[in-house]
Amino acid sequence: MVSVEDYVARTEGTCGQEKDVIVTFKYDKKGDAIARIMKKAKLEKSIANIIFELTFEGFSFRLYPSGKAIFRSLRDKQELDRILAGLLL
Amino acid sequence: MFNPEEIRKDFAILKRKINGHPLIYFDNAATSQKPKQVIEAIKNYYEYSNANVHRAVHTLSQEASELYENAHEEVAKFINAQGMEEIVFVRGTTEAINLVTYAWGLPNLGKNEEVLVTLMEHHSNIVPWENLSKIKGFKVKYAPVNNDGTLDYEAFEKAITDKTKLVCFSHVSNVTGVVNDVKRIVKVAHDHGALTLIDGAQSVPHLSVDVKDLDMDFLAFSGHKMLAPTGIGVLYGKQQILERMGPFHGGGEMIREVKFDLATKRCSVIWTGLPWKFEAGTPNVSGGIGLMEAIKYLKKIGMKNVEKHEKNLTNYALKHMQRLRNIEVYGPHDATNKCGIIPFGIEGLSSHDIALTLDAYGIMIRSGYHCAQPLHELLKLKSSARASFYIYNTRQEIDRFIEVLKETE
Repeated sequence: MVSVEDYVARTEGTCGQEKDVIVTFKYDKKGDAIARIMKKAKLEKSIANIIFELTFEGFSFRLYPSGKAIFRSLRDKQELDRILAGLLL
Repeated sequence: MFNPEEIRKDFAILKRKINGHPLIYFDNAATSQKPKQVIEAIKNYYEYSNANVHRAVHTLSQEASELYENAHEEVAKFINAQGMEEIVFVRGTTEAINLVTYAWGLPNLGKNEEVLVTLMEHHSNIVPWENLSKIKGFKVKYAPVNNDGTLDYEAFEKAITDKTKLVCFSHVSNVTGVVNDVKRIVKVAHDHGALTLIDGAQSVPHLSVDVKDLDMDFLAFSGHKMLAPTGIGVLYGKQQILERMGPFHGGGEMIREVKFDLATKRCSVIWTGLPWKFEAGTPNVSGGIGLMEAIKYLKKIGMKNVEKHEKNLTNYALKHMQRLRNIEVYGPHDATNKCGIIPFGIEGLSSHDIALTLDAYGIMIRSGYHCAQPLHELLKLKSSARASFYIYNTRQEIDRFIEVLKETE
């Protein structure tokens, strides 16, 4: 059975007042992960085709074609896991 | 003749492509890349000379000991210390500062005394003092910083009093690249009978640093920011001060004698001499050898050339960045009194967005607080993006960096 771990290489809290979480997708799965996310989330804005500002279930986040995403204002890891599961599975 | 294109040939990593683009490495304030000469020296040591240093009589150990001691001598010459007695190898700047905190601070600091640090410090020059002050009851005082990230010298000098036992400050800020006037501060500290501890993590790799000329009591720096491997760093201390200090860690290598007394059923310990008193346990021999090779490499280029090259790059980058309407450069806007570090922000993007955008084009920069949260709060920044340069960076790379930044306009 496919799981979030099949797509996600690592998640890391950023340093700074913003308290963002950066999710890096596995190199060989990043294309699939980006395609799934773009299909399920709503594209709000694209900056120079590098930064895709998306929303999903009321959460806004940014996705990068290099296979990384920044999630903001998350309560905890469980919330991130739930959103990632919704986006990827 | 300084030629970055020739230098680049020694750094295999710079031939890499990241996300389909040639790698541009602008995160040198975090760590530098390593030339093949340093990698070869470490490889050679492990392949042909590996042994534990000191105390053994066999040939390999003698060879390894000689290499390790030569590394101390090389560092001493590089910063113009008196000799290797003044050079303690540690893991990095953080450990060097912690060594001073506990080996000097623990027995020498107490109630009604003060340690003065600046608000532009890296956390590694704040946290150890705050931790020890909770145990010993001395006060940690913070010298203010101006709105452009430079030191408020008058306020700093006023904050030094006869209660001040130690003044700790960065030679170069790891956020803004501002170069502090070490001589001026050291003189005022000494006039009040205080010692000085200088964080040289961002200066020793980029400037000529002469500990005698600057009259520093302690200087801490890391090898990995100056072409050497991670896990090796240096604490310089004036010999007479180091001699009066007890060790930081206890164990093998740092003792002359551990004698068990049958009557008291206790061991008495006599420490060995400098610098080994401060290097308990099997040291990072390969790291020391790597650092020696890195210094030879930098000396061959010449530190004045390193400084000049970085200043040129910084001026060039600042000039072009300031032309971009959505970019704000933090700190001083010219390179006169600054090393090759440029903190900046882009309207509407977080520092991490900026770093990820550049990453998509193979450009590596840092984002966040850079372990200097107090300075960011003082400058009212949530975080900052930081580009930092070194000997192998070029104007062409800065042109590409500017080109990508333009795409965010």
